[in-house]
Amino acid sequence: MTYLFVAVFLCMMGYTCHYAATNRQVLINNSYNGRQELLISQNRRGTIYAAGGQILAQTQTEEDGSETRVYPYGNLFAHAVGYASNGKYGIESLSNYYLINSNAKLADKVASDVAGEKYPADSVVTTLDVGVQEVAFQSLGIYKGAIIVSEPDTGRIIAMVSKPDFDPNEIDAIWDDLLEDKESTVLLNRVTQGLYPPGSTFKIVTALEYIRENPDTYDQYTYQCGGRFTSGQDTINCYHGSVHGHEDFARSFAKSCNASFANIGMQLDRKQFGDTLNSLLFNKDLPVAFAYNKSRLIVDESTTDSDIIQAAIGQGTTQITPLHLNMITCAIANNGVLMKPYLVDYVKNEEGNVIKQFNPDTYRKLMSEGEAAALNSLMQEVITSGTGTKLTGQTYTAAGKTGSAEYNSVKTDSHAWFTGFAPAEDPEVCVTIIIEGAGSGGDYAVPIARRIFDEYFGM
Amino acid sequence: MELYITELSKYFITLFIALYTLECFLVFRFQDEERRRGIYFRQNLLMFLVHFSCFLVICFETGKLEYLLFYVLQQILLFAAIVLFSMIYPNGNRLIINNMCMLLSIGFIILSRLSFEKAIKQFFIVTVSIIIGMMIPFLIHKFKFLRNFTWAYAAAGIAALGIVLILGSVTYGSKISYSVAGVTFQPSEFVKIIFVFFLAGALCESHDLLRIALTAVIAGAHVLILVASKDLGSALIFFIVYVMMVFIATGNWIYLLAGCAGGSGAAVMAYQLFSHVQVRVQAWKDPFSCIDDAGYQITQSLFAIGSGGWFGLGLFRGTPDSIPFVEADFVFSAVAEELGIVFSMCMILICISCFIMFMNISLRLKDKFYQLTAFGLGVTYIFQVFLTIGGGTKFIPMTGITLPFISYGGSSVLTTLVMFFIIEGLYIIRQEEGAKRVKKKRRPRRMESEEFREEQEATEEE
Repeated sequence: MTYLFVAVFLCMMGYTCHYAATNRQVLINNSYNGRQELLISQNRRGTIYAAGGQILAQTQTEEDGSETRVYPYGNLFAHAVGYASNGKYGIESLSNYYLINSNAKLADKVASDVAGEKYPADSVVTTLDVGVQEVAFQSLGIYKGAIIVSEPDTGRIIAMVSKPDFDPNEIDAIWDDLLEDKESTVLLNRVTQGLYPPGSTFKIVTALEYIRENPDTYDQYTYQCGGRFTSGQDTINCYHGSVHGHEDFARSFAKSCNASFANIGMQLDRKQFGDTLNSLLFNKDLPVAFAYNKSRLIVDESTTDSDIIQAAIGQGTTQITPLHLNMITCAIANNGVLMKPYLVDYVKNEEGNVIKQFNPDTYRKLMSEGEAAALNSLMQEVITSGTGTKLTGQTYTAAGKTGSAEYNSVKTDSHAWFTGFAPAEDPEVCVTIIIEGAGSGGDYAVPIARRIFDEYFGM
Repeated sequence: MELYITELSKYFITLFIALYTLECFLVFRFQDEERRRGIYFRQNLLMFLVHFSCFLVICFETGKLEYLLFYVLQQILLFAAIVLFSMIYPNGNRLIINNMCMLLSIGFIILSRLSFEKAIKQFFIVTVSIIIGMMIPFLIHKFKFLRNFTWAYAAAGIAALGIVLILGSVTYGSKISYSVAGVTFQPSEFVKIIFVFFLAGALCESHDLLRIALTAVIAGAHVLILVASKDLGSALIFFIVYVMMVFIATGNWIYLLAGCAGGSGAAVMAYQLFSHVQVRVQAWKDPFSCIDDAGYQITQSLFAIGSGGWFGLGLFRGTPDSIPFVEADFVFSAVAEELGIVFSMCMILICISCFIMFMNISLRLKDKFYQLTAFGLGVTYIFQVFLTIGGGTKFIPMTGITLPFISYGGSSVLTTLVMFFIIEGLYIIRQEEGAKRVKKKRRPRRMESEEFREEQEATEEE
């Protein structure tokens, strides 16, 4: 009987220790937890740095003790860094725990006490690169859209731009107006939360499924394109009525032939296609720490012919976030292995000692090395002889896929997409771009990708 | 300066309590009190260090002298309790007294931090209780006829609980207290002891089916009255104590299984019948989904436990006041937040050490009545600790009862002190039983050889 009680108590003690140790951050971050206020009143909110050491956000204390959060780059990092008031957003929210806790040396705390100041809280060093972010930001110009740049072999996010944007320095002043305007999507980070039809960029997924079902024979595929594909009542047209003529698998992909891919879509095993979509994290949670929306597309045995030909070319009900498309592209660039995307590199205390280091973390192998290599070479052909030729003539070889996603059934407006990486032989950087309502991906998104690659490779 | 003191003292306090806890268990290596002397002395020293360092921090943090004065008074009380006890009862068990004083001093520390007035009030209650308690071992020893009032205990228990049900004042949905001349009592606390006496008396005479059934009816009456008063935590304690005591008295597993099955059935019924039970279960399963109302208390408690870390935030550095009723039901969370997880785990271990000692005493007692009493009180104590701490840490649904010795509450502290002193009395009786047997052994009369051997073994165990 004694042993029984002792055992129950040991369980309880183990449980309590485990609970306290593992949930500390979650608990502190809960807005009902008054201890957050306590920490804020004790510590001066930490600084957020770019990877290059530039200050992205810092707290300045006025002589009367009042504090202001200052964002030296204004709109540039609006969504990525976010804001620290009004419920918090971006890295300010993601790293809140670190930014309000202080691991400063005891001597420094004492010095702060003597000086009558708050203790300096820990600082966060992000993976963001100011140069790449600036190029991406300026390239989008006045368009609405989103750009994410990341490193496929580590998962580091080096730029994240969403437009329209706002100035986080002014957030308290503009907050009420933004909330009142129900139509406004200014506060939304389109990279992580914007759901778009993927358009032709989705042909990467369709191609992957076709390669999976026909691993030895996919390169023998041929199709005669007459500018449209008809199945029953439904017709799929090629972009702007182009007629591609006789083409093989690689050429269908490079030229982004809708008719050919609708034809491929009809041949796919719908159940298996559904499984592939799930394994690529459609309708699933993404392995990221920050807020995002789930991409949506369900294909199974009950999917109709009409729906499958739309799905195969990335139209219909399919919706994807630029973040998710970037992750799929990264997996292709990284031999099929997806690294978890992350924004915070490490946390350091006032003295510069590293408190917590976030290391690259493998999520899972999304596809085999062979499949990744096949897609890589298909995507290289897009640049050399397909819709992405505006990326040729550089010292690096790029690979990618364009998209021109129609979002309005009446008009022929389209979102310009590009997702790709460089150098193709040994990918270092991966870019995903969407420009809302700009036109074709090849004309509008590819040149931005080139400017970003140029900046990244220091040209 | 005070920052250095708070930060460094955190580690020292944790070290002292950890060493104290270690000694608590080293005690069990030795069988006789003589050889445990050294341990007891070191325990007293560590106890003093923990108490002193905590109040040093409190004084520095608040800068108020009255805390210092208060500390001196507490120190005198605890010192007096330990010294007087060993003078009056040289045969007494010092571990129980040490643990009692250690837990009381933790209680004083955390209550002083939470509310100075409540701590003062608690201090007076503890002082009076200790004076009363000091007489108890003597009384237990003297009045061997305690076992003859079995049915009177039952009647008194049911009457006391019944009066509360009818006349008691409602606090937060439960009828648990009862005021006489400005003093508020919580009779369910005292009835716990009477209940144990009743069961021990009833079951030591015989434990045939009829007797079991009769006790079941009376125990059921206790439990039902408590359920009707919506004091579910106490109802559960009475139930568990009953099942455990029947099992120990009869040694029959069927009773234990039947008890557990009946208990589970009753729990399911309670869940379906009472909305406040459902609310508590819901708050336990997912407190964050109902953080605004039912889950508020438990989530605040979890916040407190979560923010303390291994060594705590330091006294006066956290915000345990944000937990409703922190000084009564959730004192454990306040300890975990400001003194650290390690400290609070040591506190649990000290409680377990008391329990193991109780069980040891119970096992060695020859007299069935005393044996059952010691066992019943031990189970009452440890199960109450389990319910409070388990409730506060989301290990089990919250029941809203106090942590013995540490929580604020006069009835609770008086009852627990009385329980501890009763066990001291039983320990002294056990020592004498042992001494008698030694005498017997010296001049063995004509005894059946088997019985003799048994006796001898028992003596050697001593």
